Amino acid sequence: MTMQLNWRFLIRAGLIAGAATLYVSAIGMLESFSGREVIRETVTLGQLMLVAASAAAGYFAANRLSDTRNPIAQLASGLLVGFISSIPLLALILVNSQIELRGVLVNITRNLIQILTLSQENQLSGSLLLTLSLGVAGAFGAGLALIPRRIRRAVLIGLAVTVGVGTLGELVQQLLRQVIDRDVLRAIFIRNSLSPQAALVLFVVTAVLTFGLSWSTEERTLRSRVAALPPDQRRYVRAGGVSLLAVLLLALPWLVGTATSDVLTDVGLYILMGLGLNIAVGLAGLLDLGYVTNFAVGAYVMGVLTSTGPLGFEAKTGIAIFNFWLVLPISLLIAMFTGFILALPVLRMRGDYLAIATLGFGEIIRLLAISDWLKPLIGGAQGVLFIPKPQFLGVTLLPQPEIYPLVLNDPQQLYYVILAACLFAIFVSTRLNNSRIGRQWMAVREDEDVAAAMGINTAKSKLLAFTLSAATGGLAGGIFASKLGTIFPNSFSLLVSINVLSLIIIGGMGSVPGIVIGAFVLIGLPELLREFDQYRLLLYGALLIVMMLSRPEGLWPSAVHRREMHSAEDEAGTVPESPRDATVVVTGD
Amino acid sequence: MRLVLNQRTLDEFSWVDFTIGVLRVVIIALILIGSFNTLSSGRFTSDQWVSLVISGLAQGSIYALIALGYTLVYGILLMINFAHGEVFMSGAFTAVFLAQAFDRSGFLNSAPLLAIPVLIVFAALVSMTVAILLERIAYRPLRNAPRLVPLITAIGASFFLQYTFRGFYGSSFQAYPTVDILRGSFPVGSVNVPISQVVVFSAALLLMFCLYWLVERTKIGKAMRAVSENKEVSALMGVDIDRIIVFTFAIGGALAGAAGVINGLYRPQGVNFFMGFVPGIKAFTAAVLGGIGNIPGAMLGGLFLGVIEAIGPNLVLAGLGIPGANQLKDVIAFTMLVLVLIFRPQGILGERLAEKKA
Repeated sequence: MTMQLNWRFLIRAGLIAGAATLYVSAIGMLESFSGREVIRETVTLGQLMLVAASAAAGYFAANRLSDTRNPIAQLASGLLVGFISSIPLLALILVNSQIELRGVLVNITRNLIQILTLSQENQLSGSLLLTLSLGVAGAFGAGLALIPRRIRRAVLIGLAVTVGVGTLGELVQQLLRQVIDRDVLRAIFIRNSLSPQAALVLFVVTAVLTFGLSWSTEERTLRSRVAALPPDQRRYVRAGGVSLLAVLLLALPWLVGTATSDVLTDVGLYILMGLGLNIAVGLAGLLDLGYVTNFAVGAYVMGVLTSTGPLGFEAKTGIAIFNFWLVLPISLLIAMFTGFILALPVLRMRGDYLAIATLGFGEIIRLLAISDWLKPLIGGAQGVLFIPKPQFLGVTLLPQPEIYPLVLNDPQQLYYVILAACLFAIFVSTRLNNSRIGRQWMAVREDEDVAAAMGINTAKSKLLAFTLSAATGGLAGGIFASKLGTIFPNSFSLLVSINVLSLIIIGGMGSVPGIVIGAFVLIGLPELLREFDQYRLLLYGALLIVMMLSRPEGLWPSAVHRREMHSAEDEAGTVPESPRDATVVVTGD
Repeated sequence: MRLVLNQRTLDEFSWVDFTIGVLRVVIIALILIGSFNTLSSGRFTSDQWVSLVISGLAQGSIYALIALGYTLVYGILLMINFAHGEVFMSGAFTAVFLAQAFDRSGFLNSAPLLAIPVLIVFAALVSMTVAILLERIAYRPLRNAPRLVPLITAIGASFFLQYTFRGFYGSSFQAYPTVDILRGSFPVGSVNVPISQVVVFSAALLLMFCLYWLVERTKIGKAMRAVSENKEVSALMGVDIDRIIVFTFAIGGALAGAAGVINGLYRPQGVNFFMGFVPGIKAFTAAVLGGIGNIPGAMLGGLFLGVIEAIGPNLVLAGLGIPGANQLKDVIAFTMLVLVLIFRPQGILGERLAEKKA
């Protein structure tokens, strides 16, 4: 009887894995990732993607049999799952050889079929080879399930590091160039991917290191060791850590080069916005889908007041008093004011209606910015041009002409402006988090009625949350306008709000480090991996769903939030069991 | 009791009431001034107004079809299926290729009365599949989660679906072929009514009637109403809750898919992966306008929104001297959305929202 049930599971797991691979093929992800080599002329990211689902299915299939303690059956089931997972892909190859699918499904290209048939001339032998390699991948996954946990962890971390270094070869080389001799580097990397020997060495070294460390740090994490130190030593450790971080942050743009610094400035802007939105969403529980409004207001204030073009304040009034540093606080204040005004009418709304109404605000602002109506003021679809870069020591009071202001026009310098803004915002957020008003927000988030009964003026605290949350949005908008030099209404679409929301949710609502991590992962990574860029929103969408299903508190949650999400689950946990069983009956029909 | 409590806390902060009051007065004044200016300037003849209203009804009937999906799901699960616009897009975007193939083979114009229903059924099936998968994968595990969690999931699903279909069919714009019998117009009195608008309106009405019949007259409809009334009790009465929920998503999806093709016949251009977003929001507006969870309400709300959107820019905005008023059509719809949520979240016909808040 167990055999029978197992077959059904194997087929299901295999087909799900195959469908996943078919999906990434059909949306063109597989093909575009095949352009990125991880190991020179050996392994591409696309090939890894091709086998990943099958390997995962093999792992699960073997794990399912783990209580039988029969390694051969486990390996065999992994192999079978791998074979089964090739069925959807084989079907694709077969159908495509009969009907040209390209006319409708634009990404089923000849190149994709080449990748799927592993570059074989003959499609039949290619298909066989595909089946075989997916089977091997499944067996590999099963093998992972068989080996002891410690070794498995070492192997997986070794693989992850190797793939990560190979994929981000360009960035890693840039970093290593500061410390390693050029010739050595050339032996490790061929163009932007790892050389096969280097990959092997890297894998073995990280795996062995992880394995070794897994013995020594089993019980005692770094944090617990620091906590065990006497207080005065602990202070030294902390001071050392902080100064190390400070040096790293200050040196970062020069370590990574101009192009990556530009990415860093983008990440910084999103950290700013994330910290702001976090006040509304993470602390006060107000799901604001129109955060782009604040960003747009900040950017347009900066644009219109400082532009040297025909729309600028200077051209209209002939008074040239505004520069970047003066307008930045104005951007912030006007954004806060707009946040306040827009919050007033929506204070009474329930959570989901509030989300939709703020989404409406965001779209209205964009449509107004694009319209002919406001064109004389803010330029309509043409946007605002000629926004000057910030100048350091901008206002030279001394009449000597030889003191030229330093124009911060390259991203490495602009980075420091953004870094300062981020640090300030992080400081304020952390203080707010632990303040009386922060606790009020959390109470409002938990239950508005109870909070009101406890004597909290809910309307006032929600209003304050919206207003403060708008501040960093305005700041980010101001810096953004000056950084780009031109602003167009289409830069302020709903996607900005969604990006910010995603990074908060994925990083961990209400948690400052979570937001920083979220911004690096969601904004930084896709910029570094050009192939990712066109699938960015697809991945955000998938991540949002997966996070909500599996880890609603985020990657690095705040303690309060984690507790709360899990207690909610525990309460509900008893209920869904029976309906979930019932669903199997329905889908089985 | 809940309401009383809210009222008391808000009284302490009368700013809110004050702002809402001011907003109400300003908006009514703007509408009155704008309409008065336009009407007194005699910029449009009464025939033009009539044809604007008719085109608004046609567009509104499409909104109504999509809005039904929101309302059905909300009625049963009390969640906003933010990805419903994308369910609409999936059907419309997939069926456009079948429609183009029909056009190339000549089938569309030789037997339009057969080809169009086939297209509608095809799109309905595609959207239905997407809606069912959505429910099964993304929403079902979250049925007992805190209320913002399913909404965030739905936003994620919305973007996931958009970019999935972009991956499938590419990012270029497609267009539905024009059908010969839908060209031209016929005179009613002194107004020329385009045939396509009449067909769109009647097709949508027919589908809505079918839905109404399904919900009010069949056994499964009765089960749907029971589940929306009280899940636990209907489960005790032997209703399979999960089946009803899947069925609800399927019906909503099918209507959205059908709306996709009907929309394509009416406005052939602009079929791409992003086409579901704005109609989705507008249909949501329509659903709220009519009272979310209320089936006749969604129909009325859709028609109402369509008409407002058609005459609003010309009547109010042009009257206020705003240039390029028709560019601001979507602004009217979004403003409408915000205003409804502020002033009358229970909608025109809605009554039970306040009790169902939790």
